[in-house]
Amino acid sequence: MELLAVLALPLLGFLLLALFGAKRAAPELNIAVSFATLLAAALLVLRVELHGPILVWHDQFFVDAFNVFLVGLTAFVGFTTALFSRPYMRIEEFHGRLTPQRLRLYHAMYQLFMAAMLLALLTNNMGLLWVAMEAATLSTVLLVSLYRTRASLEAAWKYFILCGVGIAQALFGTILLYFAAEKALGREGMTALLWTHLNTVKGQLEPRVLGLAFVFLLVGYGTKVGLAPLHNWLPDAHAEGPTPVSAVLSGLLLNVALYAVVRCKVLVEGSIGSQLPSRMLMAFGLLSAVLAAFFLWRQKDIKRLFGYSSIEHMGIITFAFGLGGPVANFAAMLHMTVHSLTKSSIFFTAGHASQKAGTQQMDGIRGLLDTNPTIGWGLLLGSFAILGMPPFGVFASEFLILTTAMRVHPWTTPLLLIALGVAFAAIFARVQPMVFGDSEAKPLPHSPALVPVFIHLAIVLTLGVYMPPALAGWYRAAARLIG
Amino acid sequence: MTAHAYTVPILNLLAACLLLISFAMLSRRRTQRLVTLFAWQGTILFLSTCLVAYSSGLREIYYSAALTLLLKVIGLPLILHRLIYRLGAQWDSETVVNIPLTMLVGLVLVIFAFGLAQPISMMATTITRNTLGIALAVILLSFLMMITRRKAVTQVIGFLAMENGLFFAATSATYGMPMVVELGIALDLLVGVFILGLFFFQIREQFESLDLSNLESLKED
Repeated sequence: MELLAVLALPLLGFLLLALFGAKRAAPELNIAVSFATLLAAALLVLRVELHGPILVWHDQFFVDAFNVFLVGLTAFVGFTTALFSRPYMRIEEFHGRLTPQRLRLYHAMYQLFMAAMLLALLTNNMGLLWVAMEAATLSTVLLVSLYRTRASLEAAWKYFILCGVGIAQALFGTILLYFAAEKALGREGMTALLWTHLNTVKGQLEPRVLGLAFVFLLVGYGTKVGLAPLHNWLPDAHAEGPTPVSAVLSGLLLNVALYAVVRCKVLVEGSIGSQLPSRMLMAFGLLSAVLAAFFLWRQKDIKRLFGYSSIEHMGIITFAFGLGGPVANFAAMLHMTVHSLTKSSIFFTAGHASQKAGTQQMDGIRGLLDTNPTIGWGLLLGSFAILGMPPFGVFASEFLILTTAMRVHPWTTPLLLIALGVAFAAIFARVQPMVFGDSEAKPLPHSPALVPVFIHLAIVLTLGVYMPPALAGWYRAAARLIG
Repeated sequence: MTAHAYTVPILNLLAACLLLISFAMLSRRRTQRLVTLFAWQGTILFLSTCLVAYSSGLREIYYSAALTLLLKVIGLPLILHRLIYRLGAQWDSETVVNIPLTMLVGLVLVIFAFGLAQPISMMATTITRNTLGIALAVILLSFLMMITRRKAVTQVIGFLAMENGLFFAATSATYGMPMVVELGIALDLLVGVFILGLFFFQIREQFESLDLSNLESLKED
């Protein structure tokens, strides 16, 4: 019941906003729908907490310890981003960058995107997972090109073609998976693509087919995670799309894509009985983290800067999943949570800061603490949090990942430390002059909604010093599941 | 399973045609011709799916054959033709660099695809197992076409041809995916083409041309 509501509410919102999205009250409607989705997700999470995992509708949908916290996180960030986007998009409209028609498109696609992500998280069917990931891509292509400028069209085209090709590889991987599964599970009853069923028979699946399938699945979904060298679309899409879209891309979509990769990894590793998939995750993760950290130095655009920072963090999380074991998996999931909260809050403040300065170029953004202390403090604290300063939660997860890496694969530690150090220096050097110094920026026509920023940062801070037992329980159960 | 004696040869023939069309696509310059070739690819896909359905006696494969006919033989080519007409791009052709070289690279890709598919097709029990290598080759050739071409419409046709290859892989290795998944894929494809159609107009409005070499300003400097 709750599950149906979680899936149906954003779809209903999509229909409503497709009809009334140009109206004056559309942003409020968007918030209301997102809030209803959040409530439904909260009920679902509560039910899983009280009664354990759910498997419904001929086993087509399921919630276990691994996806329950991602569903909660997705619904929560979806709601806070809707809160943030209300004044943000009004200011964009005031500046003449958007028309009411475009806002209708924006609101409708926003809800469709949420529905696609929640479907990807909740479905038990690997085929439907693919369909939902593709739907999420399609709905965000139009969001990235919302401003219809040359740069945004280019970014959206690149996004579509790269992710389209990538996701086609994932489809081929899914076909191979089905090919192997059909032998073990048979064609009847459409169970051959259900993850829970595959998981029970994974020992009987043909290892050679699954090995090949994993290569295609990793390349396919990895493109969407933004893993190097397939990351080219990510900074462009983040910089040229509207800020709320950057926030949900970084905060949510990358997580969902990584979730798909990890689900595949569990199956394949159980089948081929070797560590090869984990090694591949480690390699891609390390490469992304190090490469992105060095690219950070060359950025001039504030949203591009934090786009590259997302690649770096997704690299670290992928690496941690590759390390495996209870501690690293736990840390990876904690990092997924805190990264998505912190990064979205940074995009919120970065968006308002560039609206104020009239440019996304960091050279043009100065003296935020002076002109608007809330934006300035938000950006400063957010940057501290993302850079892994204690006592924020990012510190805890990075610390766990580093210590595990030191124990299991000591040679990776220097590389990780270099990535973290370079990223620290690069981001801090950019943020510091933006926050301090003088500015002559004009005040904004609508007062910004910065409550979400501080709620997010407060949660990240709390997770750094105190871990709620329920959350820790899910993380541990999921870490056991992933192995 | 009542496979006719000549079912397998016919299927192999159709698969070979599919591969030939992929090569023809690589060598064509005129955009409109490419759409025609794409429609032919769809037709062959439809015929081969029907044949698989007939010989295996599985009813749901007929459904997916019907879906192929509707979407890939009639729907998408029609949309693409209309799009090209409305963009006034009927007579567009592009200067493709070095077709013989592209063909040679294509040949290497085909050999690679067959090598990759070899161990898997040994395990396939379906009647169409010989064709898995061809399916992979079609995917890789479409990929090559997307890389070598600069026009937006051509890249999209390459993308759709790649999907044809994927579909062929699904029928030849596994008798097709479950119906829910196949419907979902078809829906995504259709929506994707609509979005791209919108996109063409936006790109042309901004750049006054559909040449993608204009879209190269976002680079790391």
